[in-house]
Amino acid sequence: MAAIEVQDLCRQYKVYRKQEGVLASVRGLFRREYETISAVRNVSFRIDIGEMVAFLGPNGAGKTTTLKLLSGLVVPTSGTATVLGHVPWKREDAYRRRFSLVTGQKEQLWWDLPAQESFRLHREIYRIPSLEYQRRLDELTDLLEVRRLMSRPVRELSLGERMRMELIAALLHRPDVLFLDEPTIGLDVVSQRRVQDFLRHYQREQKITVILTSHYMKDVEALCERAIVINKGIVIHDGPLAAIIDRFSRHKIIELQFSGNIVPAELSRYGQILETRFPRVRLQVEKQKVSECLASILAAHAVDDISVVERPLEDVIAELFSVGGEVPTGSVGVAS
Amino acid sequence: MSPTELTISEELSARLRLKWLVLRTAIEERLVYRGDFAFSTLVRFLPIVTQIFLWSAIFENDAVRKLKGYNFGEMVSYYLLVMLARAFSSMPGLSTGIASSIADGSVRKYLIQPVDMLDHLFWHRVAHKLVYYAVAIGPFTLLFWLCRDYFSGWPEWPVTLAFVGSLLMSFAIGFLIEAWIGLVAFWFLEVSSLIFIYMMLSYFLSGHMIPLELLSPWIPFVDFLPFRYLAYTPAAIMLGKIAAAQLPRELMIQFAWIVGLIVLNRWTFVRGVRRYSSYGG
Repeated sequence: MAAIEVQDLCRQYKVYRKQEGVLASVRGLFRREYETISAVRNVSFRIDIGEMVAFLGPNGAGKTTTLKLLSGLVVPTSGTATVLGHVPWKREDAYRRRFSLVTGQKEQLWWDLPAQESFRLHREIYRIPSLEYQRRLDELTDLLEVRRLMSRPVRELSLGERMRMELIAALLHRPDVLFLDEPTIGLDVVSQRRVQDFLRHYQREQKITVILTSHYMKDVEALCERAIVINKGIVIHDGPLAAIIDRFSRHKIIELQFSGNIVPAELSRYGQILETRFPRVRLQVEKQKVSECLASILAAHAVDDISVVERPLEDVIAELFSVGGEVPTGSVGVAS
Repeated sequence: MSPTELTISEELSARLRLKWLVLRTAIEERLVYRGDFAFSTLVRFLPIVTQIFLWSAIFENDAVRKLKGYNFGEMVSYYLLVMLARAFSSMPGLSTGIASSIADGSVRKYLIQPVDMLDHLFWHRVAHKLVYYAVAIGPFTLLFWLCRDYFSGWPEWPVTLAFVGSLLMSFAIGFLIEAWIGLVAFWFLEVSSLIFIYMMLSYFLSGHMIPLELLSPWIPFVDFLPFRYLAYTPAAIMLGKIAAAQLPRELMIQFAWIVGLIVLNRWTFVRGVRRYSSYGG
């Protein structure tokens, strides 16, 4: 059953185009030029109840705009969307009680007060019965390991601790849909890992529907099986996360361990040498030349160990969205 | 969580509980910076001293001389009462707070959560004022006691009641005007010049600078603006400058301004959010 259904969603912005220089600034006082930018173009997808989907794309791709549309913060230029049967931009209380948006800006908590005061306010805002509230709070504070921090003013918490408190604030009312926009941005590795573990556990337990945007592929790999990739406002992939590598990676990595401490000098003719750690070498070669390379290397050199692996998702995504990189905008994969 | 169906009384009680909790939480928040708060509260009493010296020089210690119906004693008591009224109607930081939340996007928490932003800010401001009065009551009492000779005694209780009512309504009018200026930021992200104009206008037109009797020959429409209810009206009621028979009418007009400003704020908020949603959120 669909939790989120989006059909041909478009969102355009009119942006003031400022010319360079003082004269142009003065001219701008009387006459301004605007350009129309399409942040989201004909985006369509469907997410079932209980799915956790990654929303990937470079900066300015339209990810956050899509989340804003689904949270009701922005109205679309055209197209339709329903979340849990509600049209988000109508901003009905019945809908607002059923979802949460967590952003890296961490803005739900009162800065000068301990987080527990903000949580109490959330209890009233979302009308959570007292016993239920206490049970959920205990559960979330234990899972996120923040019980001892509950009485400390939010401004005195570290970034990672604040984010965990934000997650509690977002989940206290048991939303059916959770939008996570860069939830681990700026966090250290330990905090990132803790947030990932929590989200994975919580989503499995509660079966909530989650859309996650993140620039950290470790987040995405740890949490999502399905990914929607968006670039320049257009969905370019919708399907299993692993399929991104199949579709968009043109290379594979061959890991070799040579006999003795000698590494052949002419390896670079097979592909790009990524790492040399005697007697080990990591070589990036074009997908279709893998078997040919392996045959040549094995025929010419003594090799103790050999393995062929996919490129890390992070590298594939980085290449996909790098400046000048060719981003296919044609067919869209089938949702899993 | 699916929304629970509530009866009207349960709905009302849930809303009241939320207002109470916002008030309580905001009081706790205000008390965090107690040092800065106490200092700024005390500093606000300094201008009254200069006003007393100024009017003392204008009246040249002539106790009988009157200026548009005010003798020196009444003039001093007018300024004391205006100071009290401004303690109710001034809203430091309200407009800029709303405007900056619109500019930096933090306003969206009010759009995402099932809360009423204006109601939330109102109770936040009530808390702000309650903490202020708790600190200021000492200096206010001392100042009024020191200046007790300038007052001609307590007026009749209906006048005192009208004064209290007018003071409370001046709080609502001050809140609504400044909240509205903040909401204008949905259209113009920068509203500091608008706030400056408002400050200047309200200083003149509220009777904060001089009693409105001195101003009305020059600005005849001053009585038709809401600003007079921010300072002049409560003070004039207490000093008996408004006839007892006129009090119900005066309070009704003040109340009508509140209703009008609520409508204006609601309309501006709905239109503003629509514009905000159209331009990017």
